[in-house]
Amino acid sequence: METEVRLTKLASCAGCGAKLGAGTLAQMLEGFRAHSDPRLIVGYDKSDDASVYVINEDTALIQTTDFFPPIVDDPYLYGRIAAVNALSDIYAMGGEPRLALNILCVAEGMADETVREILRGGYDAAYEAGAIITGGHTIRGAEPIYGLAVSGFAHPDRVLTNSGAKPGDALILTKPLGVGIMTTAAKADMLEGEALTRIHRQMATLNKAARDIMIRYPVNSCTDVTGFALLGHSYEMAQGSGCSIHLTVGSIPYHEEALELASMGLVPEGAYRNRAYAQAAVQVCGDIPLAMQDILYDPQTSGGLLIALPQEAAQDCLREIRAACPGAGIVGYVTKKQEHDIYLE
Amino acid sequence: MMNRTVDARGLACPLPVVNAKKAAEEMTDGGVLTVLVDNAIAVQNLQRFAAHKGYEAAAEKRAEKEYAVVMTVGAAADAQPAPPQEEACAPDSRRRGMLVALTANVMGTGDEKLGRALMKAFVFALTKQDQLPETILCYNSGAYLTCEGADTLEDLRALEAEGVTVLTCGTCLDFYGLKDKLAVGGVTNMYDIVERMEAASSIVRP
Repeated sequence: METEVRLTKLASCAGCGAKLGAGTLAQMLEGFRAHSDPRLIVGYDKSDDASVYVINEDTALIQTTDFFPPIVDDPYLYGRIAAVNALSDIYAMGGEPRLALNILCVAEGMADETVREILRGGYDAAYEAGAIITGGHTIRGAEPIYGLAVSGFAHPDRVLTNSGAKPGDALILTKPLGVGIMTTAAKADMLEGEALTRIHRQMATLNKAARDIMIRYPVNSCTDVTGFALLGHSYEMAQGSGCSIHLTVGSIPYHEEALELASMGLVPEGAYRNRAYAQAAVQVCGDIPLAMQDILYDPQTSGGLLIALPQEAAQDCLREIRAACPGAGIVGYVTKKQEHDIYLE
Repeated sequence: MMNRTVDARGLACPLPVVNAKKAAEEMTDGGVLTVLVDNAIAVQNLQRFAAHKGYEAAAEKRAEKEYAVVMTVGAAADAQPAPPQEEACAPDSRRRGMLVALTANVMGTGDEKLGRALMKAFVFALTKQDQLPETILCYNSGAYLTCEGADTLEDLRALEAEGVTVLTCGTCLDFYGLKDKLAVGGVTNMYDIVERMEAASSIVRP
């Protein structure tokens, strides 16, 4: 019975939890030959969400790709989430996605209808984003994989990198944390009902609305919180910006269920990798329960935008964003570089 | 007392924890539970699980790709030192998506004094139900019910203490000049109201 194969059972890791550790990747790429080009204003060295290449004075090309094994069993939803997640990197750079290519791996036991539904999810997400899927590449393999390679555009002066945060900025996060832990629990049928629907809807929601609002504010820096978790991505922002980031744990939005599930030990492997990667840079001030820390290290599939902008503008921006993303919140602030990159308060 | 060993080697996260949990639950008289796993992350997750349940646990590496986590499972009759909301995965029978919408500070149409008394009685009666609602939404003049001076405050606070989410429409608080008077629950907006109503399995409106 082909149709009865649960998609997530075909996957060994879930969603962004499948991502290779940030440290591992940096080591592997060390010392490779590469051309330098002044038009490449954001490249790999910046550890940013996407690369940015200036075409002319009005236009910069933003390129990114993202794909992962099934994170949910519903093929349409999986396709949608994978595409939304891939498109997100363009939004995180302040751009608009325009063209996309499918990246698809079909595993043994997947019905044609399942594959069609995955693709339909991807096409729907791209359509909603205003992007066109122009083709792609499909192979057969051991595990299903789906995602997109996306090209988008922005004005070269309005590209938002993860290295522009300034002391005095507030940090807005547009989606609550905990989906990595919760999807891990769902794989073991330990999460269902409303909570599962809630995170599915969240992961299937484009960061387009938040991006469209954000670009009307004096945003200094932006990234999306995905595989490296809030702490990993904050660490990259702090390092890139030469600042320290203070995360006010009490105000960080997260799904309540995740706290209970984390304390029961349903913590995805990616969270441990993220901890190993960022831990040395993080100073924990006060008593922050281990389960809460797990949430901050939890890889987020199709997570929200992390936006740094001056305190004065943050409340107005948050209010507008909340109309579209009710779970958004201010998660911390930026100071000049202190002893540690990240402070948990 | 009985001792058990669960071999979770070769199983992907989160199955080691899930299998350990099942085994521990079956050990109703307590005993020593040994869980074998093949990676250090599973060890850490099992240690979290043991801490959560209040079991003493020790881990050792026995060979390359073989770790054992040994935990002392308390008898089921013993008090569970774990935090509240144990078994959050099991649906709470009292709160299966029931949403109560308090859309005015009176109940029904007619004499206002009677309407107010009925509303107070309704909220009081809510506190006495076996099945409490999951959420209480207050909007339009229902916003008065959660603010200082309301005779419904005490009952709403009691409901909140029982885990019921009490939310009042922010626009409504603004409109009636009640912004600083909110005395129970949180503030919400129209998107949240719509989402909660859509997600509710039943909506009760007095």
